[in-house]
Amino acid sequence: MTTRNLFSFFTLLFSLFFFNAFSQNGGNNVGQIHGNFETINQYYNPDTAIGAPPVPEKLLSSSFANIIFNRGNFTAGARFESYLNVLQGIDSKYNGTGIPYKYASYQIDNIGVTVGNFYEQFGSGMIFRSYEARSLGIDNAMEGVRVTLTPIKGIYLKGIVGKQRLFFSQGPGIVRGIDGEININELHPRLDSLKTRLTIGGSFVSKYQKDDDPTYNLPENVGAYAGRFNLYHGRFTMAGEYAYKINDPNSSNNFIYKPGQGAILALGYSKKGLGISLSGKMIDNMDYRSDRTASLNNLTMSYLPALSKQHTYNLAATLYPYGTQPNGEMGIQADIIYKIKKKSRLGGKYGTLFNFNYSRIHSLNKEAYPSINDPDSTRMGYKTNYLSVGDEVYFEDINLEITKKINKKWKAKAAGFLFIYNMEVIQGLGGKGTVYANVVVLDVSYKIKPKHAVRVEAQHLSTDQDQGSWATLLAEYTFSPNWFVAVMDQYNYGNKYEEKQLHYPIGTFGYTKGGNRIMLSYGRQRAGIFCVGGVCRNVPASNGVTLSITSSF
Amino acid sequence: MKLSIILLVIGSFVTTPLFTPTSTIPSVKIKTMDGQSFDTATISNDGNPIIISFWATWCSPCKKELNNIAEVYEDWVDETGVKLIAVSIDDSRNASKVAPYVNGQAWEYEVLLDPNYDFKRAMNVNNVPHTFLIDGKGNIVWQHNSYSEGDEIELYELVKKLANGEEISH
Repeated sequence: MTTRNLFSFFTLLFSLFFFNAFSQNGGNNVGQIHGNFETINQYYNPDTAIGAPPVPEKLLSSSFANIIFNRGNFTAGARFESYLNVLQGIDSKYNGTGIPYKYASYQIDNIGVTVGNFYEQFGSGMIFRSYEARSLGIDNAMEGVRVTLTPIKGIYLKGIVGKQRLFFSQGPGIVRGIDGEININELHPRLDSLKTRLTIGGSFVSKYQKDDDPTYNLPENVGAYAGRFNLYHGRFTMAGEYAYKINDPNSSNNFIYKPGQGAILALGYSKKGLGISLSGKMIDNMDYRSDRTASLNNLTMSYLPALSKQHTYNLAATLYPYGTQPNGEMGIQADIIYKIKKKSRLGGKYGTLFNFNYSRIHSLNKEAYPSINDPDSTRMGYKTNYLSVGDEVYFEDINLEITKKINKKWKAKAAGFLFIYNMEVIQGLGGKGTVYANVVVLDVSYKIKPKHAVRVEAQHLSTDQDQGSWATLLAEYTFSPNWFVAVMDQYNYGNKYEEKQLHYPIGTFGYTKGGNRIMLSYGRQRAGIFCVGGVCRNVPASNGVTLSITSSF
Repeated sequence: MKLSIILLVIGSFVTTPLFTPTSTIPSVKIKTMDGQSFDTATISNDGNPIIISFWATWCSPCKKELNNIAEVYEDWVDETGVKLIAVSIDDSRNASKVAPYVNGQAWEYEVLLDPNYDFKRAMNVNNVPHTFLIDGKGNIVWQHNSYSEGDEIELYELVKKLANGEEISH
């Protein structure tokens, strides 16, 4: 965006504010301004032992601020971002400062219009999701137009057109899409009183990108469609979505002309004290982006989260987390929550909570053609039989967490995890093989006074592969509602190379007041895979001081 | 030019009261746990206070906060008429685990699903847990980011103030 555009945008925004402010004479209806802010600043020390390289700038700083203006049905907003320079571990193409996100929207009766940047998701996101995960450096916001329409209660239609954000500009492809959803029960009051509730939906998305490839004759318009349903009946729920994408040769699938497909199905049962969820998923050649040559997390249209539990304890969460293989996988997951009643013999005074989770992901059973350029196959790559599971195990995770409040002062949580992690496939590291690891965690907290608490976390990961075994100890003291201090040490004592049997100590101090939070930490951070929502990024090892401030107003 | 923009921004805050000092809940269309569409601007509680808490199934402090409040929630409701709305930001990776968790824990809260963060963004939430307190007129009067053991004590003091018709200073 040019400076001139930027200036006109601001002039427009502020003249709107002032027009409103003065015309309404400071009354109650002048509109609202609110926003949020974050800045993360890290000073890096070189530390060759852990593999933290010298950082020429020494200090790296990433910040953003959102400002939203609301008045009645009208909303306008903008986000300022600055990467001077971007933190280690986030793509360095986030560089400099700018206002990459700005929009205006209004809603009148049954029509809503957004112009500028927006985020949107169709169904589970298998063929379209634009979203942001700032801490991972993901932002594929649309720049264009969105219209939503509710012709009658119970029917929801959306249409979008635009280009996706790529750092401080847009990708080359144009994305068009429509989505419709019918909530059967909302259609008529008599249906609304039914115990069974049903929602059905469908979407169609297409991207256009010019074909200037010298070798292949590539489709310039690539369409994908999906259908879904959500069914609720008392304690039971069932949800599913199927998606199909026409041939979309791209750098992720090695430019094959095979169409892609994906299916997910989730079943749930829950009542007081018991929750069960079972799900299954198949993904085949579903990497879908608005630039066929994009890689990493750039310009993704399809959102294909991992079908496994997202862990929070750091040895279980950041060493061997699964990442979806968009070119083919089959997986299942079961998650069971069971709470033993309060005041029972096993449950004690406060009850005991069990959470069991199992997931296993396999390759897809693919039958490859003798050669990728086999004339009989017309570069289809491979054949798959529907719902046919391959032999290769990508990932398995069996885990159990037990949470118990012992009395008013003591709480304890114990957890165990068994992982199978196919490093070669998941991280694309040839020769690394498969890691078999198990983790145990004990997490105890003690309330000294109602507002003072101490928490200690001991974790152990044991494995003979990769970096060997780890132990982690964390102690945290919180003084509600404002202060906290924590120290943690991770020790790679089982590394087969003696010079890598290192400690990673780090101390953190935090102050929170209202919507403001300031955090200061100093120490070593282990290299790892950091995940938010369903997506992960590799964070390199670092040593230094980090100061972060977040604020909402 | 940049200076003029900065001056405008500062001006807009200094020349009070150009804007209302408090915010209300913006209108965002999200869903309830059983798939019904829900407009967040319709959140109300017959003039009684409302707590809105953003959480996720993968967020330990969030679950700790909501489980701690769950133990005393019945008393809170009896004494002040407060209502807690728990907004899950679980995306499609974990969305199907929300209802089993909520029911398994027997939470009495109203639960809303915000899988693409539309409501989170509109409320300017940086990260979870983030808790808002709304007075009987629908004004957002207090907010708090993060959770430590005992934070619910301060929250409940404020809820009681609101229920007694007292003002909460920022």
